[in-house]
Amino acid sequence: MKVGLFVTCLVDMMRPRIGFAALKLLEQAGCTVVVPQQQTCCGQPGFNSGDRESGRAMARRFLKEFEGFEYVVAPSGSCTGMIRCHYAELFPEDPALQARLDALSSRTYELTQFLTDVLQVKLADSGFSGTCTYHDSCSGLRELGVKQQPRSLIAQIPGAQLHEMDKPEVCCGFGGTFSVKLGDIATRMADNKCQDALASGADTIVGGDLGCLLNIEGCLRRLGDPRTRVLHVAEVLAGPEPEEG
Amino acid sequence: MLLTSSSFKRNVRRKLADPSLQRNMKRFGGRFVEARAAVMTEVDNLEEIRIAAAAIRDRSLANLDSYLMEFEAQAQARGTQVHWAETAQDVNRILIGIARANGVRKIVKSKSMVSEESGLNDAVAAAGMQAIETDLGEYILQLAEEPPSHIIAPAIHKSVEEVAELFSEKHHTPRQTDIPALCREAREQLRPHFLSADMGVSGGNFLIAETGSVVIVTNEGNGRMVTTLPRIHVAITGIEKVLPTLNDFSTVVRLLTRSATGQSITNYVSMLTGPRRDGDRDGPEQSHIILVDSGRSRLLGTELQQALRCIRCGACMNHCPVYQNIGGHAYGWVYPGPIGAVLTPSYVGLENALDLPQASTLCGACQVVCPVKIPLPELMRVLREKSFRQGLRPWHERWSILLWRSAAERPWLYAWATRLAVRVLRRLAGKDRLLHRLPGLDGWTEGRDMPAPSSRTFRDLYRKRHS
Repeated sequence: MKVGLFVTCLVDMMRPRIGFAALKLLEQAGCTVVVPQQQTCCGQPGFNSGDRESGRAMARRFLKEFEGFEYVVAPSGSCTGMIRCHYAELFPEDPALQARLDALSSRTYELTQFLTDVLQVKLADSGFSGTCTYHDSCSGLRELGVKQQPRSLIAQIPGAQLHEMDKPEVCCGFGGTFSVKLGDIATRMADNKCQDALASGADTIVGGDLGCLLNIEGCLRRLGDPRTRVLHVAEVLAGPEPEEG
Repeated sequence: MLLTSSSFKRNVRRKLADPSLQRNMKRFGGRFVEARAAVMTEVDNLEEIRIAAAAIRDRSLANLDSYLMEFEAQAQARGTQVHWAETAQDVNRILIGIARANGVRKIVKSKSMVSEESGLNDAVAAAGMQAIETDLGEYILQLAEEPPSHIIAPAIHKSVEEVAELFSEKHHTPRQTDIPALCREAREQLRPHFLSADMGVSGGNFLIAETGSVVIVTNEGNGRMVTTLPRIHVAITGIEKVLPTLNDFSTVVRLLTRSATGQSITNYVSMLTGPRRDGDRDGPEQSHIILVDSGRSRLLGTELQQALRCIRCGACMNHCPVYQNIGGHAYGWVYPGPIGAVLTPSYVGLENALDLPQASTLCGACQVVCPVKIPLPELMRVLREKSFRQGLRPWHERWSILLWRSAAERPWLYAWATRLAVRVLRRLAGKDRLLHRLPGLDGWTEGRDMPAPSSRTFRDLYRKRHS
């Protein structure tokens, strides 16, 4: 099975080990994974800020890089949501292009969704050990219906225990450029999220979108908590990557 | 109502730093959410009803002109006088005109958000008449001289203790914090006004085209008294509130009360059809309705038309994590929360409410609970696009987006720029691998740290591994 990995811009810049973790999980599941080198971003930051052209330009680029794959997988519900729910509607004037984007979108999956719904994967023990609390990122949850998938995967890791937090589905306040434009509100929402997460008693906050995780981690550290781990679900499932250098 | 949406960010800072508001929002915030979730379990085909309700609202809006004409004809046939207000000022002018023609001196009001749009109470006072709010929440706010902060629970930002304080000060009565006792106190204050008022003013949740009726959905008895006791009743409502038939109403109301307060049905559902007829034991001698446009018709035929489906349940704000943290006043006009973020810029001008469509993470919680399936995140995005296109956003925001886009379109440039950015960010970070302050991203780093990039870019590491 030939899979194109859409690394996403945040993972590329901020946490490459999440990309390698996703790569490892897909390869362990028997996929032939290719990482197109010309990929950049899904266009969501611009699109959600009102620049429709950002969305259109990135949709065309995505099509060019990924149309040849049987499946496309991204370690992000937010980017996958952008692709699956918004790309085609950006080209009302070009039904042929819409049809191609629709076809590609329907083969594009968020990582945990792909591992469970498509591959029905049996995971190897990643060696992860700890108590996790899972934050449901908004786009994955509400645009794609990602809810049980990451939890059922975490449940396969012998050393991982899941402690649900109160209100796991409430937004953490990231919201892309919102987190900078309306930082006061974003900070308060992140504070609330951290309090709910910590109250679960877990030592690791896990999520499927790096944007949310940076927001939560940044808030935790500012609150003076150097200890609680904030990890992408791929890191929990694939185990620790060797130091990236 | 005084418009302060243009100072949204300042409003937000004040509200986030207001301990009593924060306490009250936390205390009441989840209550409507829980009540809604509980009551929805008794509806086994919720999604079907939502689809039907959205279709009913769409049909009403697609043929708004003919349903309004039908409503007018039916209302007139039953003796109601129909007035058309193109602007908010027209609302005040028409109402004061009716009042003057009938020698009105005192007006009792039940809840009407549309009357907040035009600042009716101030206009009435300036015309030398008295308007008294009789909805408990609105009465509290009139005493406190504050605008509502929620469309169905206008005083949600106030605690019982604050209300107790206010009543004691304004009524010169001993302070009491027992809620039933406070209600009784308000009732005692209001009763003489009901009996001596010359005119009752109400809102209208719906207009029924086939019968010419105005429907009012309430929990307090004040609505019945306002619409039946005084000799004149005037209902004020937006033109978009029309429904073709009573059958349509029966579908929509199933969702309205459940979405709003989490009740299967409210204490009162009043259907007002014309003035008192011969043989009627009560009811007003005159019945008027003011149909308000005030920016609504501008939305027809645009993508924003979907916002006119709104049946004012408030579920979107109840479930909005932004609203829950800042309260309704921060939005700076009549309608707060996600629906306000769409309606306010549409009604008062985008340039006067520029930050409102940005005041959402687009988390989608509002869309999930909207009984008439208004795609609120999408509509906020439509307004963001409009702001961007018209050059209304700050130049640095525009330029960052354009720079980002132009790099993202050129992979070689993108690879180079991200490699450089990663290096700079890693160098700026401390030993703890955190950025405590980052010029240009102060909006983030004022309240949170920014974790630094953990390594080189994935692109570079991957190439190294595979070379």
